[in-house]
Amino acid sequence: MLSKRLIACLDVRDGNLAKSVKFVDTKDIGDPVEKAREYYLDGLDELVFYDITASSDKRNIMLDVVEAVAEQVFIPLSVGGGIRSVADATDLRLAGAEKINVNSAAVKRPELISECAEAVGAQNIVLSMDIQAVPVSADCPSGYEIVINGGRTPMGLDALAWALRGEALGAGELVVNSIDADGTRAGYELKLTRMIAEAVRIPVIASGGAGEPHHLTEALTEGKADAALVASMVHYGDYTCSGLKTYLHEQGVKMRMSW
Amino acid sequence: MSQPLSESSAVIIDYDAGNLRSVQRACAEVGLTAEISADPARVRDAERVIFPGVGAAGSAMRSITREGMDQALRDVIGAGVPVLGICLGLQISFDHSEEDDQETLGLLPGRVRRFRFDHPELKIPHMGWNEVRVVKPHPVLAGIEPGDEFYFVHGYYPEPADPELIYARTEYEFEFACAVGRDNYFATQFHPEKSGRVGLRLLAAFAEWDGTC
Repeated sequence: MLSKRLIACLDVRDGNLAKSVKFVDTKDIGDPVEKAREYYLDGLDELVFYDITASSDKRNIMLDVVEAVAEQVFIPLSVGGGIRSVADATDLRLAGAEKINVNSAAVKRPELISECAEAVGAQNIVLSMDIQAVPVSADCPSGYEIVINGGRTPMGLDALAWALRGEALGAGELVVNSIDADGTRAGYELKLTRMIAEAVRIPVIASGGAGEPHHLTEALTEGKADAALVASMVHYGDYTCSGLKTYLHEQGVKMRMSW
Repeated sequence: MSQPLSESSAVIIDYDAGNLRSVQRACAEVGLTAEISADPARVRDAERVIFPGVGAAGSAMRSITREGMDQALRDVIGAGVPVLGICLGLQISFDHSEEDDQETLGLLPGRVRRFRFDHPELKIPHMGWNEVRVVKPHPVLAGIEPGDEFYFVHGYYPEPADPELIYARTEYEFEFACAVGRDNYFATQFHPEKSGRVGLRLLAAFAEWDGTC
């Protein structure tokens, strides 16, 4: 039986590890390569690096980070942030990224998903969606809207419709990131996660809001997610990857328990 | 890291089917020096061969036959060189794949079929970590213990014509063969290079395997 996955997301800015709270005011919290290695040895199932570097002249630092991590971390490595072209995707793949996360640029130009899927394989393209709750309207019948540019720009695009379009364009996986829940540590947005997980046939990763271990259980059962993404829970040492996995296992969630 | 250093070498077959550096890096981690090569002559000279691959069966078959790499692979298998197939490498080793309705290499008897589920909770592709249950001992699987999981990403699965070829199985709605082999050829549907220390143990065992079982 397929295990649910624990994924840790490392926000990287100018080559340093950062963590956002509600998508603003990031602070540096250490060396991403060291953290990646630590989590890998502690049973993490998958790693995501998100490049939040603002200036484009520092973007190549990310390739070095990915390369250094890929040399010592032997689990799937997913990278996102600022990917605008097939060339960005293939550069990261060559540096050692298994999966490529597309986000804002795909909202602006949806063909990016199919182009990247064609170039590096659909199973390696992750459509990462930043989503906020909005009143139900003709434009957003699901009551959820896509937001881009790190949570700053609402697009008036229905989140459920975008998830289905992304799947049709060849995305191999979806990240459902709730802007409302992000950084609150009050739990994932379960209604949103479940709505999307039930609508698509590709795996769904719940993101945003994890603060306590039972939030992960909820995302993986009630929320029907295939994977739960954590960040601050593990970055500040409140919880460990192995501790979270043991907890989930004891709660009856199928997890990989030997590493 | 407590992986044994084997000081052996391998050639990873490059036929435009995916990123091979992750395989190369994982080999390096267990002391297996692996060269990525698209040159059939290099493959014929190899001490060991790794036949990986990610992508679709149709384009993979076109690439591997274009420069005669398929013949080099047949030659090394015929010569008793230890060969490890991974993922798409395993799939195109059989006679036929439903993916692109493609005739494939026929190194092993059997077919590759597409996962088809009505159950909405079973996602396709089969992506993530799943238990590999060893059903018949093999030197390459010697370090694998019950409960060990490997990383999978695939929408098609092998159906060997001869059950004797099957060394391990995995369950995804039903049980399918996830490790197959014959003589000096062994192949996995999962990705040992992305399967943490359990995967590295498998690669270390391959690095020391003499090609007999």
